[in-house]
Amino acid sequence: MNGSRRLSLIILAAVLVVFVVSWILHTTGFQGDGAGTWLSVRDGFLVTLAAFLTLAIFSFLYKDNPYYKFAEHLFVGVSAAYWMCVGFWSTFVGNFIPRVSHTLSDFFQVPYKGFNVFYFVPLILGIMLLLRLSSKVGWISRWALAFIVGTTAGLNLIRYLRTDFITQVSNTFVPLLVDWKGIGPFFSDLSLSASGQFMLTLSNWVIFIGVFSGLIYFFFSKEHKGLFGTASRVGIWVLMITFGASFGYTVMGRVSLLVGRLTFLFQDWLGLIN
Amino acid sequence: MNNLGLIISALVIGLGLLWLLIRSLKGKEVERRVIFLFIGLSVSVPLLFNITFSEKATPIVRAVFDKIESLPPGSKVLISFDYGPSMAPEVEPMSDIILRHCMIKNHRVYLMGLWATGQSLSASAVDKIIKAEFPDKINGLDYVNIGYKAGNQGVLNVIITDFRKMYATDVDGVDLDSLPIFDGIKSLKDMNLLVSVGGGFPGIKEWVLFAADPGHIPLAGGCAAVSAPLLYPYYPRQILGLLGGIKGAAEYESALMKKYPELTDMPIPGIRMMGPQTLAHMVIMAFIVIGNLSFFFAGRKKQP
Repeated sequence: MNGSRRLSLIILAAVLVVFVVSWILHTTGFQGDGAGTWLSVRDGFLVTLAAFLTLAIFSFLYKDNPYYKFAEHLFVGVSAAYWMCVGFWSTFVGNFIPRVSHTLSDFFQVPYKGFNVFYFVPLILGIMLLLRLSSKVGWISRWALAFIVGTTAGLNLIRYLRTDFITQVSNTFVPLLVDWKGIGPFFSDLSLSASGQFMLTLSNWVIFIGVFSGLIYFFFSKEHKGLFGTASRVGIWVLMITFGASFGYTVMGRVSLLVGRLTFLFQDWLGLIN
Repeated sequence: MNNLGLIISALVIGLGLLWLLIRSLKGKEVERRVIFLFIGLSVSVPLLFNITFSEKATPIVRAVFDKIESLPPGSKVLISFDYGPSMAPEVEPMSDIILRHCMIKNHRVYLMGLWATGQSLSASAVDKIIKAEFPDKINGLDYVNIGYKAGNQGVLNVIITDFRKMYATDVDGVDLDSLPIFDGIKSLKDMNLLVSVGGGFPGIKEWVLFAADPGHIPLAGGCAAVSAPLLYPYYPRQILGLLGGIKGAAEYESALMKKYPELTDMPIPGIRMMGPQTLAHMVIMAFIVIGNLSFFFAGRKKQP
């Protein structure tokens, strides 16, 4: 037995020992909320398993290893199975069965809604998609796929054009002087409140300049020099600030996920916090 | 004891960063695992010592709060759970606090999900919030969970004209027609407020595109921080308000606590998560400064 294999076995043994000890402790009353509630054997196992999988994923931060691979593959498999099961019960049983068969509705204990032949259309399309598994008749799946692509494109085209283009353009038509009552009232009522006149006016100017300069940056039919070039450079700044804000938000999101897992480990598994 | 631990931890992090700065200025490389360790420490310390900061609702969050607050009791609010466990630590505090607020205001709540995982998470919210904190609320009368249906934006395209074409039953298999909460409800247009909590596809954007805009229905959102910058352009004309990331949840929690001081035992995961957020951000900013300083000085040394 070489050194590397021996080390792997020692680590495996240590992980198993920690797992079993954690399971026993959680099963016999050591619980995170400090209330001393006795958890069942099953719940103790689940908490321990969740902690093990969390640590297995974290172990990738050190380097790739079999524990990480195991957790990753388990996640992929469970996710796929979960989506399939929920899809079956919510769509096939929940939508299809009540519209095609009284007997099957009784069997699955869902209310029969009357026969509707149109519900066979998605069933047939679904079967056509599954034919992709066959090398001989796999080409039939393209018809169903074409239906999906065509329908989605048609649906999205209209809605995106209306909501994401026309309405968004109209949203940028904002007053550059909000509630303007003259220079005197503007300075006498000057407030830095987020909903105050000054801040709203400033926000609208930022939107106006940002959209305008951003559009100029992406306008390539004219050379970016002179006043046009200056506006284009402002556009770059606007884009950079936007990317920075996105990055900041992304960091916040990732830290939140880390906090979520550490809260689980400290609270539910180790019982260090309430 | 907590203060002592906090001081020791702050000292360890501070001195560690100083060590990193000196090491970087000498031109030595920093192992990436050291950075992971620092982030881990900066998140763990506020969690272990329960460091929190006060929050104040910004207008974009306040708008959601005020909308739910201003609706008369019995108003119909639909909350869509458009997320999975991978996003839950960030957006679950939002769905929880909005659901709790709706229950306090005695609104009728309809739960659903455009994500398959949203179905079990909405069921979990029912157990955790409604059944535990509002045991007098009746399923089918005060609230209902109609669950998930496959079809993404197609689902919205159908239920904006007729719920029953897509949903025959609720998640317990009870016929929608037999539920008092669905009396007089035909489509999404009969709702007083739509709330989508999520951060991916399908999510708030699809709710804007296929429900709120065509149906002229008020829509509020709660989203993962990653997608917040993409959704801000819809505010305030297409989305009445938005909870962006855990900060949005924390602001909403603080607004609810301020309005209802009697909710002293209310879980505040959003506010509790802002302590680790703040310290982690400070450490990341310190890394950026250290990186730039070392780059600047190392660059000058290398110049002939």
